[in-house]
Amino acid sequence: MKAIEIDNLSKSYNKGKVQALSSVSFEVERGELFGLIGPDGAGKTTLFRLLTTLLSPDAGRATVDGYDIVKEYHAIRSRVGYMPGRFSLYPDLSVEENLQFFAALFGVNVEESYDLIAPIYKQIEPFRTRRAGKLSGGMKQKLALSCALIHRPSILFLDEPTTGVDAVSRSEFWDMLAGLKERGITILVSTPYMDEASRCDRIALCNEGRILGIDTPHDIVRGFDNRLYGISAKNMFTLLERARAMEGVVECYPFGQRHHLVADDSFSVEQFTRQLSDIEGLEIASAEPTIEDMFIKLMKR
Amino acid sequence: MNSEIVISVRELTKRFGDFTAVDRISFDVHRGEIFGFLGANGAGKTTAMRMLCGLSYPTAGSGSVAGFDVMREGEKIKRHIGYMSQRFSLYNDLTVWENMRLFAGIYGLNRRETEERASALLKRLNFEAERDTLVGSLPLGWKQKLSFAIATIHRPEVVFLDEPTGGVDPVTRRQFWELIYEAASEGTTIFVTTHYMDEAEYCSRVSIMVDGEVRALDTPARLKQQFAAESMDEVFRTLARGAQRGE
Repeated sequence: MKAIEIDNLSKSYNKGKVQALSSVSFEVERGELFGLIGPDGAGKTTLFRLLTTLLSPDAGRATVDGYDIVKEYHAIRSRVGYMPGRFSLYPDLSVEENLQFFAALFGVNVEESYDLIAPIYKQIEPFRTRRAGKLSGGMKQKLALSCALIHRPSILFLDEPTTGVDAVSRSEFWDMLAGLKERGITILVSTPYMDEASRCDRIALCNEGRILGIDTPHDIVRGFDNRLYGISAKNMFTLLERARAMEGVVECYPFGQRHHLVADDSFSVEQFTRQLSDIEGLEIASAEPTIEDMFIKLMKR
Repeated sequence: MNSEIVISVRELTKRFGDFTAVDRISFDVHRGEIFGFLGANGAGKTTAMRMLCGLSYPTAGSGSVAGFDVMREGEKIKRHIGYMSQRFSLYNDLTVWENMRLFAGIYGLNRRETEERASALLKRLNFEAERDTLVGSLPLGWKQKLSFAIATIHRPEVVFLDEPTGGVDPVTRRQFWELIYEAASEGTTIFVTTHYMDEAEYCSRVSIMVDGEVRALDTPARLKQQFAAESMDEVFRTLARGAQRGE
């Protein structure tokens, strides 16, 4: 049995005016760290709410830990941990009280699960009497994760846990997830940051309620079937406009310190450099596609 | 680079009780520069930015923004800058045109100037067809582009962008940066914060704050050289790992 099975799941809001999710299907293996990668409006939160049984689908079906999300919603609720995108603990309760509260809701005590949450909770334990509302963003996140784990869920749903968090804290958070994965917990996590994809076993790229592609981070970029170059010059803005007008250029977009140039078969590096020889400091070299290049390509398809 | 200085601060400091949120920061930003203002959560970026925008007075130090004194002329600074926050701050229940008119009015443009600049912005954004559309019904990426346009409707010398591309898809994110490039090439100074390290590479210069201080400030190329790093992400991590204080 798979941890999560999703079959043509759809959900709309406002009497069908907003299609949040359009026939989404995929499966998550037991013990897998699965990433949903996509911008706001991709349908990530809707999918989380459906799978945690907080919403009902318009069409399609799904199971979580083998239970149907509509008919057997009750069984699912005690088996999953859910960390919503917005901080949703009680700001007026202390760190410790929040943890005890969630333990009581699930009919467990904190001691039983302490071994599981310890690597995360220990970092905020010195502040256990502080009100949750007074914690820093990073500490709130650790408390929320501890609370989501208190009943030893088999599947963890994390909705954009790293949004708005700086690069160092983000990296630490992914280290914590890797630790939980080692304990056998299945994790479905969403993020708008493409660079976090490499921390997942498999990813689904999603946009506007649809899945654009599913694979391992490594294999998903192998689907990039155009030649890709990195180009740079002294004036990057001029370069962008000139490059776009060249023959064989499918598209050209800023990509960190270089622009990425997607080329078709008619593109010739020699011709490119000759025709743009008046551009000061022009450089062109082959580049390796990344998840973000693939995402852009799939979005435009 | 144009040598005219639009933002200049020396030893700028903000204390809250005995906590020093911003600790003697000094730098200059030139006209037409895209100045990246990075730092870990809690490093003091927001506090520093609030002082530069005239929203909070420094405890000590000196400086000027768009020619006005940060110690005394907060109100004048507010009128001469543009500001766009990550949290969408246009009015969803007003149309595109009404939002433009409202903000133009707040910045003191007269009817003719408003008409002229709003029309020019609509044209540049290819938004002419959406003139009478309620802003609330626009896709997120469009809203962000519109926010940027409105933040520059009064042709401010400097625009402050606080994480302008959070949650935006990669295609729109790039279109947004092209608007920034364009504004900068026309002489608008851009002061921008971001958590996307690839975006730090688009900046003319980047400063990195740690524990209230500016620990590094240079072009992305020279910072990478200085820290023997392949990317700005690596530079950032090297500096931010040494942070003593949390958020």
